[in-house]
Amino acid sequence: MNTSLNYAYYPGCSSTGTSIEYDMSSRAVCAALDIKLTDVPDWNCCGSTPAHTVDHSLSSALSARNLDQVSSMGLDSCITPCPSCLANLKTASHRMEDKAFRDKVNNLLEKPANTNISTKSVLQILVEDYGIENIRKRVVKPLNGLVVGAYYGCILNRPPHLMQFDDREHPMAMDNIMEALGATVVPFPLKVECCGASFGIPRKDVVMRLSGKLLDTAEAIGAQALVTACPLCQMNLDMRQNQINHANGSHHNMPIFYFTQLLGLALGLTEKELGMNKLCVSPRTLLDAMANGENLKEKAA
Amino acid sequence: MKIGVFVCHCGSNIEATVDTAAVAAAAREFPGVVFATDTMYTCSEPGQDEIVEAIKEHNLGGVVVASCTPRMHEQTFRRTVERAGLNKYLFEMANIREHVSWIGKDREANTNKSVDLVRMATEKLMRNRALHPKKFTINKRVLVIGGGVAGIQAALDCADGGLEVVLVEKTTTIGGKMAKLDKTFPTVDCSSCILGPRMVDVAQHPNITLYAYAEIEEINGYVGNFEIKVKKKATYVDWKNCTGCGICMDKCPSKKARDTFNEEIGFTKAINIPFPQAIPKKAKIDPEFCTMLKKGKCGVCAKVCPSGCIDYEMKDEFVTEKVGAIVTATGFDLFDWTVYGEYGGGRYPDVITSLQYERMLSASGPTGGHIKRPSDGKEPKNVVFIQCVGSRDKSVGRPYCTGFCCMYTAKQAILTKDHLPLSQSYVFYMDIRATGKLYDEFTRRAMEEYDTNYIRGRVSMIYPKGDKLLVRGADTLMGTQVEVDADLVVLAVGAEASAGASGLAEKLRISYDSYGFYMEGHPKLKPVETNTAGVYLAGACQGPKDIPSSVAQGSAAASKVLGLFSKDQLESDPQVSMVDIKRCIGCGKCIQTCPFGAIKEIDFRGMAKADVIETICQGCGICTSTCPQGAIQLQHATDNQILSEVNALCQF
Repeated sequence: MNTSLNYAYYPGCSSTGTSIEYDMSSRAVCAALDIKLTDVPDWNCCGSTPAHTVDHSLSSALSARNLDQVSSMGLDSCITPCPSCLANLKTASHRMEDKAFRDKVNNLLEKPANTNISTKSVLQILVEDYGIENIRKRVVKPLNGLVVGAYYGCILNRPPHLMQFDDREHPMAMDNIMEALGATVVPFPLKVECCGASFGIPRKDVVMRLSGKLLDTAEAIGAQALVTACPLCQMNLDMRQNQINHANGSHHNMPIFYFTQLLGLALGLTEKELGMNKLCVSPRTLLDAMANGENLKEKAA
Repeated sequence: MKIGVFVCHCGSNIEATVDTAAVAAAAREFPGVVFATDTMYTCSEPGQDEIVEAIKEHNLGGVVVASCTPRMHEQTFRRTVERAGLNKYLFEMANIREHVSWIGKDREANTNKSVDLVRMATEKLMRNRALHPKKFTINKRVLVIGGGVAGIQAALDCADGGLEVVLVEKTTTIGGKMAKLDKTFPTVDCSSCILGPRMVDVAQHPNITLYAYAEIEEINGYVGNFEIKVKKKATYVDWKNCTGCGICMDKCPSKKARDTFNEEIGFTKAINIPFPQAIPKKAKIDPEFCTMLKKGKCGVCAKVCPSGCIDYEMKDEFVTEKVGAIVTATGFDLFDWTVYGEYGGGRYPDVITSLQYERMLSASGPTGGHIKRPSDGKEPKNVVFIQCVGSRDKSVGRPYCTGFCCMYTAKQAILTKDHLPLSQSYVFYMDIRATGKLYDEFTRRAMEEYDTNYIRGRVSMIYPKGDKLLVRGADTLMGTQVEVDADLVVLAVGAEASAGASGLAEKLRISYDSYGFYMEGHPKLKPVETNTAGVYLAGACQGPKDIPSSVAQGSAAASKVLGLFSKDQLESDPQVSMVDIKRCIGCGKCIQTCPFGAIKEIDFRGMAKADVIETICQGCGICTSTCPQGAIQLQHATDNQILSEVNALCQF
């Protein structure tokens, strides 16, 4: 197997809190696949949504410092699980190509930042660098019987010229991974729709409506669960699922996994390593049913 | 040589930023110049008379006019000097409008540059020689490429004018896109009923030779004397004896062949006649789907054919035709809309193109004129039309407006109501472009009498919801999002240049724009001519066009051919290459580089020499820059003439 994969790893702030299970499962999966991750030393917040809505140069200064930290590690490529972090890192890199902007940002920093770093998502390197066929070969516990929809959210591959990954209207990366893991993938028509994102704080009703629609649609097409690749999407669909049910009078009870959690499961990792207990909507029933279904199959064979 | 210089004001076009009187005064000091003046409009009748009088009064041997581009008036002034008794090549033009006055505002700098350009022109003129065109006889037959409505019109007009016409069509039937339409706007008359008789006329006209299922392989020669190699593609059916009875098609067991005539709504047989009114009505085998041709088993069609026409061994055939002029009417193709991920990128069967819908509406189409959803065959209730798909959209490289989609969408909305009175149509549009006679009234009718819901805005997404499609878009007039539960979505797909357009252009040696549409001679004044003599354009190959415009161009192209053929002989352009036989060493480099095959090797007293075939030479000059000896020279642009211009410009 390809053992030469070696990346700087930028966890991002959510990974230390709300999406800790995404971080745990990403690290566990990479370790299981012999992908070497080295944490970016002394990393700071990417700037997230608040920074870039207030000031582009301050926002880019935050991301530029992280990229410079990567460069000080002697590495030229960095991965992160979070699409929002990725968008900020890429945007900073792109904006810094402009000399006037670069000078402005470098003035804000201790020393001029080298931002010529290739940044990718964990999903992207799994698909493009490791390869889905190689993942398929490493599956030890196929997700037989699981019917899942893949939900990408709106920024994972947009704007397309910046993110340069998968199809902007019809991404298939997670669909293909789930299929390789043995799950039954139902085409999720709203895979790139907005979940409401950070509107959960100022305008909760927006998230109730948008995320509610995602859950309604997922249920209508027969999905037992959704997989996501974004901490904010996951939080809106998972943590707010109860609020959504209250607001819309619905009765959803749909587990919302990070794709790395299901990938880890198929690679034979334990639920604990993958942080399954961190999910708000319990996947217990589903995971048990899946395990039983698998046992039944093994018995039949 | 005594030279006269005329500096034109062009009203204020030149005079506003060039001191023309100063240019004339400066010109008087140039060697050879005996007369110089500035005039208001040199191209006007008094302006031209002034030139004629000056030639006579001052006994001028050559004339320079400093005015607009030679593309505008070189021919005009050549005729003027000819009228005064000079050879028309003893004339030079300095372009001080497009190259000077229109592009710079500094009057002093402009005046100085104009003086330079006039000096160059006089220096070249002093080295001009009288040139005399040769006459050659022409072949008064015409080739029409493409059997759509534009090509049919051009072929019939030429044939009615007494010319022999060769019509080459790449599919097995003429009729083009128009034959696929159910009705036409704004009269809503039956497309095949008005086109059908014209197609029959083509088949029956004694002056028309039709090669269907054929393509242009090679074009050689020049205006008046083209030689065309036509590839007749193998049909595996002997068309001389095929009666078009259709028994073979009925009995053929291979039922999954691609039905291009019906825009792949459903399938056809491996041996097929595209539609009942096809001209010629002959069968053809599609080798990709024929089990006999693929596996050597079957042979049903050969068994049932009452005339014994089936020939599985048939090969492509080549025929050569000699013609004097060519009308190109190769039409357009539909934009491949599957690049639009937001419309499903081809994943949803109930999202179809306007031309597929047209086939569905047609009584002779695959659904017998019934509107049915491709997914389940049900009648739709809500039909959503989306305009400008691959039209007016820079993001997919199609910034131009196709121009006829607004109209056919209105027509399809009207027809939808006629077919399904309980249905409701929605049209997402950007602007309604209905700028033809009775066109705007027609779109109004769709809205007001047929209750079509026009929504001004783009669609952002189509996705399945149950067995329906949810179409989400913006209503920019209301400033809101709209969602429509659609049973069927019809995309008004724009036009693009036909797939083989650029390849054919190379063979024809005509130019095309960055989208592949052929370039007309002049956007205003030469709409059907090309910059290659004897090659004319008709219909949508020049740019998207509706039926009336295509027909008008077909007739226009035919009238140009008839005009060209009204003479028995044509004059060749003497601005061609000539070999100085004393300097030629017979290396043959010019023969290799000539893109037109206009240079041949001759034997001159036992020595190899190059020789230019004057009627084929296009005067491009590539050979002159290739020749190591300077032995081959382009008349009217010799090395000495060009160097004299350079010297005139670089003397200070």
